[in-house]
Amino acid sequence: MEVRVQDIRKEFGRFPALEKVSLDIRSGELIALLGPSGSGKTTLLRLIAGLESPTDGTIFFGDADASKKTVQERNIGFVFQHYALFRHMTVIDNVAFGLKVRPAARRPSAADIRKRAEDLIELVQLGGMEKRYPAQLSGGQRQRVALARAMAVEPNVLLLDEPFGALDAQVRKELRRWLREIHDRTGHTTVFVTHDQDEALELADRVVVMSKGRIEQVGTPDEIYDTPNSPFVFGFIGQSNTLPVRVENGQLWLEDRSIGVSAPGEPQGPAELYFRPHDIDLLDGCGGCLAGVVTISRRVAGTRHVELDIAGSTRRIEIELPADVAAAPGTRIAFRPNRWKLFRS
Amino acid sequence: MAHDALAPASGNTSEMVRSATSESRLARYGLIALSLAFVGLFLVMPLAIVFTEALRNGPGRFYEALADPETWAAIRLTLLVAAIAVPLNLVFGIAAAWAIAKFEFKGKAFLTTLIDLPFSVSPVISGLVFVLLFGSHSLLGPWLSSHGIKVLFAVPGIVLATVFVTFPFVARELIPLMQEQGTSDEEAALSLGASGWQTFWYVTLPNIKWGLLYGVLLCNARAMGEFGAVSVVSGHIRGMTNTMPLQVEILYNEYNFVGAFAVATLLALLALVTLVIKSLLEFKFSAQIAAARKH
Repeated sequence: MEVRVQDIRKEFGRFPALEKVSLDIRSGELIALLGPSGSGKTTLLRLIAGLESPTDGTIFFGDADASKKTVQERNIGFVFQHYALFRHMTVIDNVAFGLKVRPAARRPSAADIRKRAEDLIELVQLGGMEKRYPAQLSGGQRQRVALARAMAVEPNVLLLDEPFGALDAQVRKELRRWLREIHDRTGHTTVFVTHDQDEALELADRVVVMSKGRIEQVGTPDEIYDTPNSPFVFGFIGQSNTLPVRVENGQLWLEDRSIGVSAPGEPQGPAELYFRPHDIDLLDGCGGCLAGVVTISRRVAGTRHVELDIAGSTRRIEIELPADVAAAPGTRIAFRPNRWKLFRS
Repeated sequence: MAHDALAPASGNTSEMVRSATSESRLARYGLIALSLAFVGLFLVMPLAIVFTEALRNGPGRFYEALADPETWAAIRLTLLVAAIAVPLNLVFGIAAAWAIAKFEFKGKAFLTTLIDLPFSVSPVISGLVFVLLFGSHSLLGPWLSSHGIKVLFAVPGIVLATVFVTFPFVARELIPLMQEQGTSDEEAALSLGASGWQTFWYVTLPNIKWGLLYGVLLCNARAMGEFGAVSVVSGHIRGMTNTMPLQVEILYNEYNFVGAFAVATLLALLALVTLVIKSLLEFKFSAQIAAARKH
């Protein structure tokens, strides 16, 4: 189901957690809310779920106004960071819970509930563990039970709060791939919260980058990475370098040197240059370039990470070079960013 | 890992150097002996004396003492008071613990302190409060007596005093447990469509049941054994408003030692049964209790 968040504001006491946030979530989409802690991403998720009520604004499920509905009436599936499995119930009882508590008129028969729970347990690859208690499962298995439990009620939207946050790196990666498969197979509209950009960029159809209670940018993983629209997104997603430059007659200047990058149409004056370590061209001679002395050179898998002291700036710049480029500390390197962005404060 | 690297080194020296948390043999046995002596002197010996005194003149006199109509009335009254006070405090305790553990509100710290009040106030004062509240010269006294309601020196007063004194047991047992468990289980149940009542019944209650049972046990033991507060409000009317502890005192003051100690054995037995049930619970369900605590 399509979910529309319209001008949502949320304050805890006097502290604003979300300010005028609007977001359209398409039906069947897998969307990530990405941001540092305190950015309001979990608050937004809980507002969609109905676990919190907004100070202001509206949330639509399809065409229906859901903001006045209770969490029970919204029919959502929520997966908690620490699973929140019912510890005194077996796996199958956990998964069946949402169906068992329905009023008699809407409750499937006991046999149907059992069948459905077993199917879901099979779907999350826990067949044979129906009779186990949560304490007898590993973290990854618990999280899968939590997902099966949330899907059992045929939710309008599936909401996951840092679903892999409490798991170790290996299990995380596995579950990530597996969640994508489940999503593609079941087609639930899914929103998940994460502070891990790899997770968001790898898993989601679209990523919502949040900071300080606002949405900074919404876009596909490629858009977010390749065309960040704010200094925050540029700095938060992936690696980036910044340099204080000056625009003069369509050219970029660092102190008194042209860096050989033309910026047609940019207004005159000071600006902040952002570029990624791998978006550079290495130059032989320097007729307008950024030049610096290598301070640290590290080989990381197939690339060489090089830190430079740039003439005309005190900031450290990191660039990535092919591994076969010998960049010993002390040598001079000239380069030019080939993909970059200017921001003005 | 760090401790793997250290393991060989510590393995070599472990026989010579004892680990940081173990004491010398002397200190260990000294501490054990001291604790045993203390327990023996202050717990086991008095308990043994209660039973030997009660059976001093043979089991015949013992049963005779218990069959005394006034003693029998005291036993019945004690059971009645506990049967009213314990369920009340069960409900109050859950409600208070729920409010404190699951919600944020102003005055929460104050309420938490207030719940402890019955523990910090002398039981005699607790009793006096009710005398001042319901006595014939009090605010409520005249109104109550004009409506023919007797609180003081009657069963209602004893129940009130007992409820007051035993209020903290259930709540105090549940508050830390519920706080530790947080609200996400309840949120999960609600998000799955469960009503508030279903959430309480299927999720919250099973999560707290061992703590609750424990609190109820302690609450019951205290409700039956309470002396001070009940003594002030009961009026000591024989066969009417004497509970077992009060009956013990009366019999003792009349030099009826066998009678006094016979009733005392019942209270001591209650304590022992409570302990046994508690240990059994912990033994039999330790896995579940541990599972409920962690997670």
